Amino acid sequence: MKNSTDIQQAFHERLDEGELMNCMRCGFCLPACPTYIHTGGNELHSPRGRIAMMKAVHDGEMAPTEEMKASLDLCLGCRACEPACPAGVTYGHLLEESRAIFAEHEEKSPVHKLVFGDLFPKPKRMKQAIGAVRLYQKSGLQKVTRTIGFLSLFPKGMKELEETLPEVIPKKERVHRAVYHAVGEKKATVAFFTGCLMDTLFHPTNKATIGLLQLAGCEVVVPAEQACCGALHGHAGEKAKGIEMAKHNITAFEASEADHIVLNAGGCGAFLQEYDTLLVKEEGDWPERAKRFAQKIQDFSSVLFTLGFIESIPLKLEEKTITFQDSCHLRNGQHVFKEPRALLQAIQGTHYVEMANADSCCGSAGVYNMLQPEMAGEILKEKMNKVNDTQADVIVTANPGCLLQMKAGCNQHSDTLTTEAMHLADLLWESVGQEQRQNVMN
Amino acid sequence: MEQAIAYFTEILGSAHVRVSHADRLVYSYDGTPGYQALPDCIVVPGSTEDVSAIVTYCHNHYIPIVPRGSGTNLSAGTCPTQGGVVVLFTRMNQILEVDTQNLTMTVQPGVVTKDIHNAAEVNGLFYPPDPSSQAISTIGGNINENSGGLRGLKYGVTKDYVLGLQVVLPNGHVLATGGKLTKDVAGYDVTKLIVGSEGTLGIVTEATLKLVPRQEAKSTLLASFRSIEEAAKTVSLIIEQAIIPATLEFMDKGTIAAVEDFVNVGLPLEAAAVLLIEQDGKQEVVQEDMKKVESICRHSGAVNVTMAASETEAEELRRARRAALSALARLAPTTILEDATVPRANVADMVNAIEQIARKHDVRICTFGHAGDGNLHPTCVTDARNTAEMERVEAAFEEIFAAAIDLGGTITGEHGVGEMKAPYLAWKVGETGIEVMKAIKAAFDPRNIMNPGKLFAKEQRKRVTL
Repeated sequence: MKNSTDIQQAFHERLDEGELMNCMRCGFCLPACPTYIHTGGNELHSPRGRIAMMKAVHDGEMAPTEEMKASLDLCLGCRACEPACPAGVTYGHLLEESRAIFAEHEEKSPVHKLVFGDLFPKPKRMKQAIGAVRLYQKSGLQKVTRTIGFLSLFPKGMKELEETLPEVIPKKERVHRAVYHAVGEKKATVAFFTGCLMDTLFHPTNKATIGLLQLAGCEVVVPAEQACCGALHGHAGEKAKGIEMAKHNITAFEASEADHIVLNAGGCGAFLQEYDTLLVKEEGDWPERAKRFAQKIQDFSSVLFTLGFIESIPLKLEEKTITFQDSCHLRNGQHVFKEPRALLQAIQGTHYVEMANADSCCGSAGVYNMLQPEMAGEILKEKMNKVNDTQADVIVTANPGCLLQMKAGCNQHSDTLTTEAMHLADLLWESVGQEQRQNVMN
Repeated sequence: MEQAIAYFTEILGSAHVRVSHADRLVYSYDGTPGYQALPDCIVVPGSTEDVSAIVTYCHNHYIPIVPRGSGTNLSAGTCPTQGGVVVLFTRMNQILEVDTQNLTMTVQPGVVTKDIHNAAEVNGLFYPPDPSSQAISTIGGNINENSGGLRGLKYGVTKDYVLGLQVVLPNGHVLATGGKLTKDVAGYDVTKLIVGSEGTLGIVTEATLKLVPRQEAKSTLLASFRSIEEAAKTVSLIIEQAIIPATLEFMDKGTIAAVEDFVNVGLPLEAAAVLLIEQDGKQEVVQEDMKKVESICRHSGAVNVTMAASETEAEELRRARRAALSALARLAPTTILEDATVPRANVADMVNAIEQIARKHDVRICTFGHAGDGNLHPTCVTDARNTAEMERVEAAFEEIFAAAIDLGGTITGEHGVGEMKAPYLAWKVGETGIEVMKAIKAAFDPRNIMNPGKLFAKEQRKRVTL
């Protein structure tokens, strides 16, 4: 491998030795790891194996190899191994740091540069790109390309993703007010983190989330200067970019003085909650500012739950069966999994069925499904079998990546499945009823 | 070795022979702290024939073989300390048959133990051995290590449920032992000899397991005590009353604190020791037994006895006990879990001895374990980088093993000897025991290729005088 010595040196300097030592190699992570399972139990693709490689490189006992890098790339970063770990090893941090080291020592592909350098850090670019998607959908080009099978020429993941893109609403409708007032008694002030994908592709979901928070008694502030959370960069080894994003967002949210910073994307939430770790070595007052910021991060489902949304707002839908797919980062990163279920179970007229292995990754994992389409496909196939077992009409998720992946899954298996995939906020919004929705509109 | 790799590739295909540095590194350890060594290659056979071909080749060329399940064991039993070939069973992972007429299950070695539990349950049956690693460990590993678990007191260990085996011997020949028989006294009991032989006598490629009827009911309680003596006395009293609980688990003060900090289920922090007691069986029997157990606990000084009101509450308590190792592992970078076992009447003496030894050597040891069968897990939380402390830890464990032996106990109740405890084996079995065992090893494996370096150490430890 090129730059082998430099990489080794970086592993030695930057990987937390204590954390590497904490792995007691008990193997409790193995059955929690999707890539270990889907490679037929190959230790090379397990958290224990990956940590062993990191430690060996850190200790100078092994030179970094392409094979090691491939193993790190194949990891979904779902962090299902973390709750399973007796010793409490923060595998996610070790993974991100290791990926960052590899990424800093290699030539970037043009696509990588475009995605991580230009698209995500710049909300304006993102909006332009999404505008292009809308144009593509509206112009009839989508229909044409689908008919002639043009997309078959692209990687499998890209093609599947394209098919699931929701219809993008016009740009002029994708705006937020600076403040949304609470309905009834004001119980809290929250600042809303819009996210990139959530605010563009899933703009109505963001609107629904804000509406729900209003109904729960929140005054919702939407800081205009916010940017992408940086999670995709962090997970893909672009740590410096992630730090840049973090500083930008901390500054943007400090002014709002909100009780909580709330969002509806599990992946972004987990990353925002870890800004303190990300900025721990930064100069000046960044570590404290990051800590204050991180402590305020809450998933919208937790906020609704704690503010007594279930008790105060009647939820009702026509008869249907519902199941829930955890967002890995919401569950394993933020430890939120009871609240979404409690909210769903409170909807009258519906029947909640817990899906087997709802806590295991769906294979989306940020841009993983595009980078590792084969493994993602394997994982999705198994997931859809589990969905099928529940006989659910709706599978609910709480993260944009998972939502797209579940939509792709439902599309692919439409011959056997009649399930549709929805974001938790959208389903709750539907279930609050016309009158409550009117309250928010006024 | 290159020739060997070429041969294995020819018979298994290149996908099932792994030789890169990364591949060798990730099979260089098991769950034992302080042991690591690279194998020369890793092979993944798909059948007994494959295994036989691999072993025959290694026999002809004097190449060490380490059979490996999920590598969860805690005695360095699957660490390839002599290099050679690591054999994986991830492809041989099928449940071949559940025989509901004979109450047996026939499996390949790579089946995860929990899947065996589930498959038995689906058929209204029960496979009792339940090592704490059951969700990860494979039956092949359990058989090799003769694994125990929380139900050991009433139900015994893995060897009590192995009726028959198919074994590839170190010369490549395939041996079948036992079968679906309840009774079989034809000759030496080679089945029992292979179980717990830690991969030193051959490679298990198929096993027939005994199943028992599923229990109708189960009940759980937690009792806390002001002193370890009171807890230990309670254990003796329960068994004297001829009640054999399914589970009778113990945690000391240090463990309680660590566990409660981690799981928050409301364990009594002021208690010096707690007992987690469970009974299973017919509804009436369970109720009657647990009533008696509760009364014994109260009479022998329990400050608090809580009967789980629901399965959720019971599961909370079980979760607390199972979290013991987990919780302790969070206290320091290195966690050394040991496995000293004494006759159950001597549990209190052993716990006291452990406390004294820890104090003497200035090391932090918390103790939990299976009080009902005298199997304790003194667990040292330390840091492998602190060499001075590690020396004290080693000295302390040496004394703990000596104390166990002096109380009529053994150096391992359920984890096996492996390489870690090989220097102490003679303390338990004596010089004659070692001679007999070495003679058996030589009869099976004259070229010493099967998991060499395990069980028998180059040098034995001298007994320390306490």
